[in-house]
Amino acid sequence: MREKLVMLLAGLAAILLAYNLHHMFLVLPNEVSQDFIFRIIFFHVPAGIVGMIGFFVALIFSVWYLAGGDLRYDSVAASIVEVSVVFSIVNLVTGSIWARVIWGIWWTWDYRLTSQLVCVLIFVGYVMMRRAIDEPTQRARLSAALTIFGCFDSVVVWKSIEWFRNNHPGPVLSIRTGGGNMDPDYERTLWLNFLALLIIGAALALVRSRQESMEREIDSLRRAAHV
Amino acid sequence: MNLFTQAFAVARKDLAIELRTKESLNAAGSFAVVILVIFSFAFESFSDEMKEFGGGLLWLVFAFAGALVFNRGFARELPNECLDTLLASPLSGAALIIGKAFANFAMLLVVELVSIFTFGIFYNVNWLSEAGSLTVVFALATWGVSILGAIFGALTVNLRLRELMLPVIIYPLMVPILIAAIELTNEVLNHRPIGGQMQWIRVLVASDIGFTGLAWMLADTILVN
Repeated sequence: MREKLVMLLAGLAAILLAYNLHHMFLVLPNEVSQDFIFRIIFFHVPAGIVGMIGFFVALIFSVWYLAGGDLRYDSVAASIVEVSVVFSIVNLVTGSIWARVIWGIWWTWDYRLTSQLVCVLIFVGYVMMRRAIDEPTQRARLSAALTIFGCFDSVVVWKSIEWFRNNHPGPVLSIRTGGGNMDPDYERTLWLNFLALLIIGAALALVRSRQESMEREIDSLRRAAHV
Repeated sequence: MNLFTQAFAVARKDLAIELRTKESLNAAGSFAVVILVIFSFAFESFSDEMKEFGGGLLWLVFAFAGALVFNRGFARELPNECLDTLLASPLSGAALIIGKAFANFAMLLVVELVSIFTFGIFYNVNWLSEAGSLTVVFALATWGVSILGAIFGALTVNLRLRELMLPVIIYPLMVPILIAAIELTNEVLNHRPIGGQMQWIRVLVASDIGFTGLAWMLADTILVN
């Protein structure tokens, strides 16, 4: 059942991504002031949103694990965090490439960049911590606690760095501005690509959570064999 | 015994051990002074710009020295199964974590006192006239850092590479506290009132309350042995 779902999601994402790539590279015109490089926004913004949504979905699964003690929720939370870290890194890397072309620098300590980097570092710490714990129940408990701290901290980091430094371009999507800051055709492509990346993220999280469950099963068999 | 009486009992025990052995304080204090000396090679130590960098320099030192103190907090309970005994006692998990945070807080304040005196002398910065404001900033920021150190000291105590994992996990979490503390310390070192920087005081208070609340709620989850 899970394999079929993964295949279905992967197929759907492939079709959507092919359509989006065709549309963004062959149909849409270059942006007036930024030229070709503007197209990086179609990956940069959706990857950032998918990553951020993932961390908060992982928070929900972590709280469910703490409430019920079902290790499947821990596997799902861990898988989603790992996938979200990857998407957040994609967001940082694509932003950095855009900054090099437009600003002439790879990095600036702007609040969005810094808060995203700190968020990635928190959850990289999460991934490293999981590798350092062998006992599954202990690993699940401590991971859930770290996810809760990480999500709270991400919000505080976001607000504090916003006051600290700010030279990132302002919001352009209609859900933040009420419309008028981005061509509707561009925005439609961006949201379609968000959907494609979200589906890819869900498929990857499903594959990864299956690996986590298998790892746990193999580990418990190994322990039983040693008793 | 209520939670705070239990927490103070834990803190008193830790501080008594520390006063006898001085293992964390000696290490963290010496480390702080060494770092302050090394930084003097990177900056023009008698320039006015020092007041603009001073906050950052001091809080980097406190964060590094803090990791040494926090690592010892729970690690000192490992020999002779002291941690198991503490967990088996009627002490609540929240009291243990908050007690450890009190002890961290007291030890880190001592390290900060040593560092600020050294900083004032080595970098020719007059901070004594602003001791009141500095105390408020240090107390607010140090509590946030100490509660994080206590909860993540507990979380990492049984991990492989504990000494490495603790800084990797807590430094990113400390970012809002460090930013606010650095901004406010710079204000104080430049003899400007901290009342004009209320947003940073709000960040410190929000972090202190938020982290203490989360530590309180998650203490038993983290301390299950």
